[in-house]
Amino acid sequence: MNLFADALNWILDPANYVGPGGIPVRLVEHLGFTVVAVSLAALIAVPFGFLIGHTGRGRGLAVATSGGLRAIPTLGLLTLVALWVGIGLGAPYVALTILAIPPILAGAYTGFEAIDRTVIDSARSVGMSEAQIMRTVEVPLGLPLLIAGIRSATLQVVATATLAAYVADFGLGRFLFAGLKTRDYAEMLGGSILVILLAVLLEGIFTGVQRLVVPKGVAAARPSVDRGRSARPASGMDPAITKGTH
Amino acid sequence: MIEFRSVSKQFPDGTLAVDDFSLTLPSHQTTVLVGSSGSGKTTLLRMINRMVDPSSGTIEIDGADIAALEPVQLRRSIGYVMQNSGLLPHRTVIDNVATVPLLRGVPRRKARTEALSLLDTVGLDRSLAARYPNQLSGGQQQRVGVARGLAVNPNILLMDEPFGAVDPIVRAELQQELIRLQSELGKTVVFVTHDIEEAFLLGDQVVILRDGGRIAQVGSPSDILAKPADDFVASFVGADRGKRALHVERRGGSDILVDTDGRLAGVLVAPSAADATPDHRAPR
Ligand SMILES: Nc1ncnc2c1ncn2[C@@H]1O[C@H](COP(=O)(O)OP(=O)(O)OP(=O)(O)O)[C@@H](O)[C@H]1O
Ligand SMILES: [Mg+2]
Repeated sequence: MNLFADALNWILDPANYVGPGGIPVRLVEHLGFTVVAVSLAALIAVPFGFLIGHTGRGRGLAVATSGGLRAIPTLGLLTLVALWVGIGLGAPYVALTILAIPPILAGAYTGFEAIDRTVIDSARSVGMSEAQIMRTVEVPLGLPLLIAGIRSATLQVVATATLAAYVADFGLGRFLFAGLKTRDYAEMLGGSILVILLAVLLEGIFTGVQRLVVPKGVAAARPSVDRGRSARPASGMDPAITKGTH
Repeated sequence: MIEFRSVSKQFPDGTLAVDDFSLTLPSHQTTVLVGSSGSGKTTLLRMINRMVDPSSGTIEIDGADIAALEPVQLRRSIGYVMQNSGLLPHRTVIDNVATVPLLRGVPRRKARTEALSLLDTVGLDRSLAARYPNQLSGGQQQRVGVARGLAVNPNILLMDEPFGAVDPIVRAELQQELIRLQSELGKTVVFVTHDIEEAFLLGDQVVILRDGGRIAQVGSPSDILAKPADDFVASFVGADRGKRALHVERRGGSDILVDTDGRLAGVLVAPSAADATPDHRAPR
């Protein structure tokens, strides 16, 4: 408890809010890093996920690849890439983008797959082109699950981004590594608490966004949701991804 | 006019869904394809708008081979009503009806105005326009489906068991509505059902199918009822069970129609009263 109080004191100490190594700078670095890594991952994963979801092809490959990517220990990957590209932010960006790809990919294609086939069939049979089906039917109806995937990716990245400080003078992880070195456990715990607060904040934002992106008229129309409106995850999905899509 | 010439369809898994099917579907008339489940009705219907391409044979619409037409364009010119309405759940009723006109580049305002008047056509209240499909009853959804099918003012309207999912009372209502619409619009309607009553009620031409889309008999409802081609047809239309062969018995002061099993089929009424009733065939 004493340590916890010390950590709070550390967080509240105005001295820790100034200079290039202060809490505000580290927070912004951390958040910015998370946003960039998740965006990069989305840029890669979303088109592939949409394509897999639309064509129904390549799913096995995606699952295998995602599984493989998930199995890579991030710290090991980070070290490996750092040895290759050198000290700095390059390695953490690579490692954490790779970390963020599987949940986003899964969110993108399961979002499409969860759509009632008769809806897509009817869109096609009234004369929508494949591009129109994707744009006006699959993307809006699949968006909630995609956002859920991005949410899951963001949480993983924001937590794991502390590792960026392992190879760069960067982010909230700095407090953990610095505290570890100097045995300043208040600083370590304070840094961890800040990471948690940031994660909670992002969770809050995503909860709001997820509500916004559920298309009107859909809540009761989705077959998978229609029956058990409880938190029954869609098949093959990480429960974390489906959570909160109501 | 739609013409099937020796059309077969074998699916990649080997199922021969349609085997050497030839038929002419006259313009401005309703052709009903009727047969039991798996007889290839849906497959035949979906070959007309190229949702399914035949393995062999040709289909012509007004003399043009549809294999040469671009599927997306072809589909936009043909109305299609599906069994479970197939409405887009994230679009309002009005936007669902206006879907195809908008795809064809009709200005938004015009498309919506026309969609509203189509709601009148199919007997839906305009106040439902802003609702989402899941806020409608099954019967209302079917009506929206019909309105959507009519939205491009197509010459051809394909209907795949459109009234299968609603209760008998609503179904009867929708059937009457369709008869009224068809007398006004005169589309070339291809209607799929497994209900022989519905087939006889709606069809100018009725096609009774066996498995593999093999035609058991083609003709007007009265032809088929009067002269079933074989035992299969007779059994399908219920003639063998004596359901259609009725005789009159005098009971309690009125003439009662009774089938060969002795079950009551209806009451005999004076011809003038019968004319006033739109559906004058004996109920089951
Ligand atoms: N995509 C497909 N792949 C393989 N077989 C199919 C496919 N679609 C239909 N079939 C098969 O073709 C046959 C005819 O199917 P179809 O859907 O045309 O029947 P139907 O007469 O419409 O039946 P129902 O009244 O049940 O709707 C069935 O044996 C069915 O299993
Ligand atoms: Mg069918």
